[in-house]
Amino acid sequence: MLLRLARRFLVLLVSLAVASVLVFAFMQVLPGDPARVALGMNSSDEAVAQLREQFGLDRPLLVQYADWLGGVVTLDLGVEWVSKAPIAPQLVDRLAVTGWLVITAMVLALVIALPVGTWMAVRHRHADGVLLSAISQVGVAVPAFLAGIILITYFAKRWQWFPSGGWVPPAEDPVQFLLRLALPAISLALVQASMLARYVRSAVLEVLREDYLRTARAKGLRPMQALTRHGLRNAAVPIVTVLGLQLATLLIGAVVVERVFVIPGLGSFLLDSVAARELITVQTIVMVLVAAVLIINFLVDTVYLLIDPRLRVGHR
Amino acid sequence: MSGRRLNAPLLIGGALVLLVVAMALVSYVWTPYEFKFLPVPKEQTPNAEHWLGTDRSARDVLTQILLGARTTLFVGVVAVGVAAVIGVPIGILAAMSPGGFGQFIMRGNDILLAFPALLLAIMFSALYGGGTLIAMIAIGIATIPAFARIVRSGALQVINTEYVAASRVAGHGPLAIARKHVLPNVIGLVIVQASVSFAIAILAEAALSYLGLGTPTGQPSWGRMLLESQNVLHRSPHLAIIPGAAIALAVLGFNLFGDGLRDYLDPKLEGR
Repeated sequence: MLLRLARRFLVLLVSLAVASVLVFAFMQVLPGDPARVALGMNSSDEAVAQLREQFGLDRPLLVQYADWLGGVVTLDLGVEWVSKAPIAPQLVDRLAVTGWLVITAMVLALVIALPVGTWMAVRHRHADGVLLSAISQVGVAVPAFLAGIILITYFAKRWQWFPSGGWVPPAEDPVQFLLRLALPAISLALVQASMLARYVRSAVLEVLREDYLRTARAKGLRPMQALTRHGLRNAAVPIVTVLGLQLATLLIGAVVVERVFVIPGLGSFLLDSVAARELITVQTIVMVLVAAVLIINFLVDTVYLLIDPRLRVGHR
Repeated sequence: MSGRRLNAPLLIGGALVLLVVAMALVSYVWTPYEFKFLPVPKEQTPNAEHWLGTDRSARDVLTQILLGARTTLFVGVVAVGVAAVIGVPIGILAAMSPGGFGQFIMRGNDILLAFPALLLAIMFSALYGGGTLIAMIAIGIATIPAFARIVRSGALQVINTEYVAASRVAGHGPLAIARKHVLPNVIGLVIVQASVSFAIAILAEAALSYLGLGTPTGQPSWGRMLLESQNVLHRSPHLAIIPGAAIALAVLGFNLFGDGLRDYLDPKLEGR
């Protein structure tokens, strides 16, 4: 098993390297001069030349790539091209904000989806199971930012129960922090919970058809007892895989939701950098997000290996 | 074909998809008003003259919804087209290539999978400026891996059948086998994936337009309508709810259609 883990880790490293080349390459296929794009088409030739000189944009691509990647790995990211603000401290601050949002949403989604999905499976032939299933199907079709807009409309603007946006760090004022976290986290969680509940439903349905569950029933366990004692651990394997994918979609969903709620997270940072044409910042944030997705996938594989005994023996 | 039954998701999804198509087609011959500022009160709620009301620039909302259906379908068709045209051959190639090379292709595919559609689209718009076409291409590229993966798994099953072995013995080359046996057998999977990817493309376009990076001003789009409703939410929530409902129904339609079609094509999977 250690060998398998080591191999997976190697694949992760290679994937990260290839992804970094892709991100860098995407930025290089830009038609024209990146320095001019960053400064705007009306900028003077001297200003462009100065920017090229200052950030070494005349050097060979390979050198630029190595320099950038080295910076990303050591978190020594230098300053933005136009505003000259240092990138690393902003990145860390914003990542923390997005982290709060995504993790809260994930926990909320799990708390909703696990019981609801199990209920949907157990009652899949009854009206309530079918109804919940239909609701979850609709929930999947609602984008998180739309849920956010609707929540703001009613809970913030109309009834004024929550602030309509902004951010307060938890250390500064825990109550305001929670109040401002609530609506964005709920809008992300509602959509994720709908998706997750559908996966929980099919995983539990799968388990319900297994022979060992019938045996457990035959020994006299009630349906719920049999399911909690023998079924859920088995149903957990496919659910964990999906959780990883969901964490990745949450991260990307957060980009838009942060804009809806004016939250200074990684997504807002990315969009602000796009608007300000801070290309090197865009490149770095995209790399951070892609790396996060790849690392999450690696962690999922690891957990997968740990909870499914069949995978431990060494055969694929 | 025995055992294939029309199911509820297929019918409901199909009806919703048809509705979106019908709205787009109708918009070519009829809209209640022109898509421009009208000399009428702004932000009207739905009434007899403006069935879905007017927006904050006094434009008719129903007109925009009908015209927006065109944008939605256009984005979906092009994005899914790009993804299928590139992804399907890659999947078949990966399945038919001997050992290492096929693995290599799929590893590359997995890495591209780490680039979510929306992220790629935001990045492209940073480089090339926003716009519908840029959005479509980015969403298409990000959807390639999904097609490649599903086609590969379908193709692998076909390649190991006896009729493919027989065809090989009969002297048919890999291209002929891919065209005659593999492609017809995976086409069902491709259509199902196309339907699901269509839903993803609609969501991504809506999000991009909401962020101001997708469909430009002056061109009707459901995502743009959401963006433009932002500042008047407290007094005219219907300006967000109507385009929001249109997006959700379209996505729901394509999702249900894909699910229903999968069950229809493979009855063993029904209810899972």
